[in-house]
Formats: sequence, C-alpha cells, structure tokens
Amino acid sequence: MKSTIRDRIQQNQSKQSYQNKIETIMPMLFLLMASLSILVTAGIIFTLFRETIYFFSQVPFIDFITGTEWYPFFANNPSYGILPLLSGTFTIAAIAMAVAVPFGLAAAIYLSEYASDRRRKVLKPILEVLAGVPTVVYGLFALTFVTPLLQTFMPSLPIFNALSPGIVVGIMIIPQVASLSQEAMNAVPQSMRDGALALGATRLEVALKIVIPGSLSGIISSLVLGLSRAIGETMIVATAAGSTPNLGFTPTESIQTMTAYIVQVSLGDATFGSTIYYSIYAVGMTLFLFTLIMNLFANHISRKYREVY
Amino acid sequence: MKNKVVVPDEKQISRRITKNKLAQGIFFLATLFGMVVLATLIIRIFSQGIGYLNIDFLTNYASRRPEDAGIKAALLGTIWVMSITIPVSLILGVGTSIYLEEYAPKNKFTRFIELNLANLAGVPSVVFGLLGLTVFVRLLGMGRSILAGGLTMSLLILPVIVVASKEAIRSIPQEQYEAAYAMGATKWQIIRTVVLPAATPGILTGAILSLSRGVGETASLLMIGAMTFIAYTPTSILDSFTILPIQIFSWASRPQAEFQAVAAAGSIVLLIILILMNSLAIVIRNKYSKRY
Repeated sequence: MKSTIRDRIQQNQSKQSYQNKIETIMPMLFLLMASLSILVTAGIIFTLFRETIYFFSQVPFIDFITGTEWYPFFANNPSYGILPLLSGTFTIAAIAMAVAVPFGLAAAIYLSEYASDRRRKVLKPILEVLAGVPTVVYGLFALTFVTPLLQTFMPSLPIFNALSPGIVVGIMIIPQVASLSQEAMNAVPQSMRDGALALGATRLEVALKIVIPGSLSGIISSLVLGLSRAIGETMIVATAAGSTPNLGFTPTESIQTMTAYIVQVSLGDATFGSTIYYSIYAVGMTLFLFTLIMNLFANHISRKYREVY
Repeated sequence: MKNKVVVPDEKQISRRITKNKLAQGIFFLATLFGMVVLATLIIRIFSQGIGYLNIDFLTNYASRRPEDAGIKAALLGTIWVMSITIPVSLILGVGTSIYLEEYAPKNKFTRFIELNLANLAGVPSVVFGLLGLTVFVRLLGMGRSILAGGLTMSLLILPVIVVASKEAIRSIPQEQYEAAYAMGATKWQIIRTVVLPAATPGILTGAILSLSRGVGETASLLMIGAMTFIAYTPTSILDSFTILPIQIFSWASRPQAEFQAVAAAGSIVLLIILILMNSLAIVIRNKYSKRY
C-alpha cells in the first residue's frame, strides 16, 4: 500500500502526541520515586510514634525518662528507666570520640597540609577501606583481639566492657572524620596559605592559625556526624560490650547501649504485643531523635557558618 | 610614631621549625595508625579463621559442632536478599537522582527532599530495621522473609546510591546537553540517550560500593528476624533466611573459642566478597571513566 502525504502527517502527529505523553509522564514518575524517600522518613516517624505511644500507655513517660533502672526482663515488677541505656550509649560514644577526634583530625591535617599529591592518593583510599570493614567483623575483632590485648595491661578487665568496643567504634569512624574534615580544609583557598607562608609562617602555623579557623564549621560538622554514627553503632557494642544496663560512666564495666538492647530483644523473640516488644520502639525513638538532632545540627552549621571564599 | 625594626631571632625561628617538623611527624604517625589497625585486623582475622576455611565450610549448613559448621545457607541468603535489593535500590536511586538533577525546580520542596535524604543517610540501621519489622514484616504481612529483608536493605542504602548517581549525572558537561538540545531532542530523549549512557559507569561504581555496604550490613536484618539457624536452601522470596554477617554474629557471640574461629573464617569470606566488589568498582571506573 502506498502511503499518502496525509497518512504520513497523521503518523507523525500520533508519534508526537505519544512523545508528548512520555514527556509529561516521565517527570511525574521520577518525582514519585524522589518523594518515596520522604515517605520512608514519614514511615519511620509514624511507626516509631505509634508503638511508642502504646508503650507509654503501659509505662509512664516520667518513669521512662527519669528512671535509673532498666530491668525489663524481671517477671514481676519490671522497670523501664532509660537513663542506664543512655549512660551506656554515651560512655561508648565518649570513648569513641576520644579515639576518633585526635586521630581523625591529625590525619586530616596531614593529608590536606603536609602530604604530597602522590602520597595522598595512596593514603586516603587505604584509610577509607577502614570504613568499609563490616561492623560484625569489627565486633569480632573487639571481642577476640582488643579485649584480650587490654586485659594484658588491665588484668581486672572483664570480657565484656565498654572500653574495647568504644575504642573500636572510634577506629571505625576515623575515616569519616578524616575525609570530611579534609574536604573542609581543602576548601580554604591556596592563596591564603601562600600568603601566610610568604610572611614566614611554618606549615604548622598555617594549619593551626589559617586552615583550621577557616574550615571550623566543616570540621565541627564532621565531628558531630561522627558522634551520631558512634551513638547509632550497633553490632560492635552488641558483640563486645555485654548486656548489663548500668547507670554510670565506668568504661571498665559491662554496659548496654540503646542499640544493643534493641538487638537483644529482637534476638530473644519477645512476644508480639508484650511491653518488652513495645519498649524497643520507645528506645528506638530516643535513638532516632538523638541522631536526627545531631544530623540536622551538623547540616545547619556546615551550611550557615561556612566561610565563603 | 617610631618605626620598630624587628630583628629575626635565630633561636625562635629554629624552635618554630623544629616544632613544625615534630608536628608533621606526629600527624603522619596518626595517619598511619588507622592503617596499622587495618593491617592488624586483617592479619588477625585470617590467622584466626584460616584453619576452618575449606570447601566444606562453603558447602555445609550451620552446625552445632564447629568443625562441621558451614555458610551455605548464609551465602545463598545473602545472594537472595541482594537479588531484591539490587533492582529495587538501583531503580529508585537512579530515578530519584534523575529527578533531582534534571527535573527538580529550585524550590523548597526540592531542598526538603535533599535535606531528607541527607538525614536518612544518618539514621542508624537498627531504626531502619524497626521500620522494616513494623511495615514489611507485620503491616504488609510479608513475614520474616527474604522479600521483607531485601526491601528493608534497599531503603537503607537508597541515600548512598542517590548521592553516587547524582555525582555521576552532575559530571556530564553542559555542552553535551546543549548539543542534544540543538538537534531538537526532548528532555526525556536527552536523559535516555545522553545522560544515562554517559553516567552509567559512575552510577555502577557508586552502586557497587553502596551494595558492598549492604552485603556487610547486619543490624537492620537482625531486626527483621533473619534466623540464625537455617538448614535448607531458600526456594522463594517468601522463605525465611539468614545472611552471612548475621551468621558471623551468631558464631561470634558464642562463648567457645572454636566458634569464634569459625566466625573469623566467615569474616574472611565476607571480606573477600567485599574486596572483589570494590575491585570491580575500581575496574569499571578506570575502564570507562571519560575525561571531558
């Protein structure tokens, strides 16, 4: 059959209207996918809220946030005071930061101010491998290597303690602190360094008096993000810190963090609908709020107080 | 006003120079510290677990006796979970980044999506586990299945994939767009024929790195209730399952030193898988990375 001009025009038009349809459908499809991430956050908040509210209908809110004892597994008279879990979490976080801040910042200064390009290209990827080691492997390492190592110096250290997993969590977040801080330091323009060097400053003086003040917002934000990761870290503490919720900040004792408690309950098959089952949502909510505030805070300072060059 | 001539103080200068040298040494040692730990960890895990690593270890199911224990169910479980996570997280992640880079207007809603993604990246994985437990396992009735686990893990690594794909898309130079527009291409045609082909190596590299994070991820799937003792091969996505890191955790938390050595053997396999994935990502990046 021979196609007439009219047919061809019609064909072309239907093709165009098909194309027009695609042009309007595709953006909507992608918008839908992008909106899904909001749905995920909404889902997290909704599920945590719903079950937490149910939990508070069984355990008074005041008892939860001021209680100094966390004994959910006592058959009669269980107590749900979150403070021991909070102190455990912050003990781990404090030890981790005591490791990650000095080593992370020193590595960042070295990579950004001292290392040659070639050396940086070798060192940085190796350092980032540290961040890629699965946390279970770190947990095993803490339990079977770091703890026995510490015990040779401190014979009274129990197998489960806060010190060893705290140190290992700190090692795990060194790469994050180092690479985010280094990026912030890189944003300080070279001309400022050159100016100071020309005036006779040493590299150390440039680093401490020019680069660090100039990138302070980025550095602080990297530290806050590191802290938030230390608080949310689960497997290392679940493996090596034990499961004794103790109120206090003694690193040489067995403790329990919020994350480790959630894992403990989910392993123990708590009956669906029991108070213990709902308690993991209340603890999860507390954990979520802490990390959310820190992430927002880190985002805020890195944006608001950034020096613009 | 009197001009004061500053006479350089030799002693002071040499002191400052020494201080700088000293600091450089300290900073360098601090950088090495992480690497020393990494080397120690790898040597330690290998020497601890190598004795249990053999063909039987790969083909046996978990066992009550350490010498018979194997990771068959865990390895297969990881592969099954990944077979759900890979398509779901890739489609959602690439779709989201195409929207943000190509279509999104600069308004409050777009900024909100971006802030939201940044925050999701910082949400602890146990919290994702709680979400999966409530929504997928209970609300949608999937049970403690591979499907529920795969979907939970997809959501967990979604923010990382989005960041990687956005970067890949952003690195395409403006001239390519302009050339395509000049030839009369529409937006979707440009995305399909210019953006996606050019960004694929970058997206793939980022995706493999994010997925390797998923392979080592434990806490969220532990919440889903991935069982630790499974002695059969899954046959559908609704079967219960275990994954390699969870199997390692369950061995590591036993008091016997033998089981901890078995856990180390499992860790070796896990580390080798991760090294292979990362090498693949590097190969793709080096082979296909274009310089504009």
